[in-house]
Amino acid sequence: MRLERRVDISMALVVAAPLAAIASALIIAGFLIALAGADPFNAYKMLVVSAFGSRLSITETLVRATPLIFTGLAAAVAFRARIWNIGAEGQLYAGALASAAVGHSAVAMFPASLAIPLVILIGAAAGAILLIGPVFLRIRTGADEVVTTLLLNFITFLFVSMMIEGPLRDPDALGWPQSFAVDSSITLPLLVSRSRLHVGLLLAFVVALAVWFVQARTVFGLQVRAAGLNPEAARFAGISLPRSLLVVAGLSGGLAGLAGTIEILGVRGYVTTDMSPGWGYSGIIVAMLGGLHPLGVIASAIFVALVFVGSNGMSRALNIPSYIADVIVSVSLLTMLLSLLFTNYRIRR
Amino acid sequence: MMDALGILATASVWAATLRIATPLIFGTLGTLLCERSGVLNLGIEGIMTIGAMVGWLTVYRSGDLWLGLFAAALVGALFGLIHAVFTVLLGLSQHVTGLGITLFASSLAYYTFRLAVPMAASPPTIVPFQPWRVPLLSDIPFLGEAIFVQAAPTYVAVILTVIVGYVLVYTPLGTAIRMTGENPHAVEAQGLNPIRIRIWSVVAGSALMGMGEHFSPSRYLTASFQRWCRAAAGYVPRLWFSHHGKPWKALVGAILFGLFDAYQLRLQQVVAGAIPSQIFLMIPYVLSIAALVVSTQRARVPQALMQPFRRGEH
Repeated sequence: MRLERRVDISMALVVAAPLAAIASALIIAGFLIALAGADPFNAYKMLVVSAFGSRLSITETLVRATPLIFTGLAAAVAFRARIWNIGAEGQLYAGALASAAVGHSAVAMFPASLAIPLVILIGAAAGAILLIGPVFLRIRTGADEVVTTLLLNFITFLFVSMMIEGPLRDPDALGWPQSFAVDSSITLPLLVSRSRLHVGLLLAFVVALAVWFVQARTVFGLQVRAAGLNPEAARFAGISLPRSLLVVAGLSGGLAGLAGTIEILGVRGYVTTDMSPGWGYSGIIVAMLGGLHPLGVIASAIFVALVFVGSNGMSRALNIPSYIADVIVSVSLLTMLLSLLFTNYRIRR
Repeated sequence: MMDALGILATASVWAATLRIATPLIFGTLGTLLCERSGVLNLGIEGIMTIGAMVGWLTVYRSGDLWLGLFAAALVGALFGLIHAVFTVLLGLSQHVTGLGITLFASSLAYYTFRLAVPMAASPPTIVPFQPWRVPLLSDIPFLGEAIFVQAAPTYVAVILTVIVGYVLVYTPLGTAIRMTGENPHAVEAQGLNPIRIRIWSVVAGSALMGMGEHFSPSRYLTASFQRWCRAAAGYVPRLWFSHHGKPWKALVGAILFGLFDAYQLRLQQVVAGAIPSQIFLMIPYVLSIAALVVSTQRARVPQALMQPFRRGEH
């Protein structure tokens, strides 16, 4: 058996790959659902109903998809340039903390129309710094960014915990420590009344389109793609590799920071240490399922949100451990890798 | 009143160091074996988690600690085989596959644990390995208490370090493994099969990883074991020393990390309140990044690490 590279890849194959990956992941997870004594078909029906069955559940699924679009874009942008950003989780918390910290004072100094963009920019900058640092270290010393970004997640998390137990603690909040809430004048307006769905979703769509435009239609996007595909050739073509890597790092970290900022301004208002149930790590899966394409990321983020929101209702109703959502999503990542292989190669005897 | 340095003069801090280091030694040795053959295995966190779960469950059902160890190694090897098929046989991205294995193995562990052990007010417990006094040696003043009163796994870890070190450096098999990590094409020219060598190295390394957490001496296993928090514990020694690719340095790295952990726990009690506890918890991660930056500048990474081997493709 040997693998042979396909010469031209049809569009149908590109679209079919993630669908085949998701289908096979659902089959594998179906066996685990059957192991728990439930009927997999019924379970999947309930999953879809819990995620899309009512007006409320649809908005909740989209609320959940919003940060996933941002972290998915963060991973997709980085992976395309061969930057292995595992630190989206930390960058998300950095963005959230920074926007909560300035959210208070920014209002006092500027009108809301100016304060909101300012807070968003500061959140993105906080995330960006957390990735520019490791990528700079890689360029200068060769320190593997997989490890440095992963370690930074823990450092950032501890820093957030220290801040919300210390200087940023809201003294009026009862129970677990939480930060000051941002002023209600700078929270994002709702998209649908009587729900939690906010304009952050539209912002995520716009950002995805912008990323797509930069990647596909600008010289810079082309340079980055070239640098990712073949660094040697890119260098020959006169592309400054360190410079484009650092810009991509800023972009990717900024997108992950936005995930946190938008969540603060749109849904929560304040930071807690259990704010993100691993959105940064799920973003890697979202990016892979979306084929590292900005518009694919939107679709896969909604799929992953569907699985998480739907599994909540389904697992309660059928008494299945809710970890089934993580299983479905992580198996999808592995099957997606296989699908991509068969998109690019065919098997020959 | 103990002062900060006085802590180091107590036997208990050294005993705790070895105890904390034990799972890390297993994890680091496993990583080392994979990496020397040229395969990066980021699946370590998931493999250690599911090894812990399967090991614990086996002991819970059978009462046999060593059977639990065997089961943990077996499940580790199984996930290593998945990683090897994806990365070695099919040549897929080692980064993404490793992350996928970590996410899959840990979520599968949480899921099956919840199925096997339903939520209860008081979680079920097992009797873990008990400290064992080495005859004669444990009677040496200070050193005896510090080093020679440990649970059996700690001795196993040290013995395994010696075995892995011997095999890698002094046997033809070890030479073949290291050569595969440097130049798989040269290995093939010697009439050996680099694909087979890599697959078996990853399987064996993952079996070692799988055993690691089974040894953390805990009676409970809660399904909410802080997700990904183990991640750092596993990675820290990995980056600290395994890139030098020498088993004894892996051992030293794991022990240093254990020492730091044991030390900061006690130091916190001494300086209680003056410094936020998070600062102490941050230090190992900060030091690890610093150590990584310093060491990669002179470290020797296997030349063919992360390069898939495809016959006839150079």
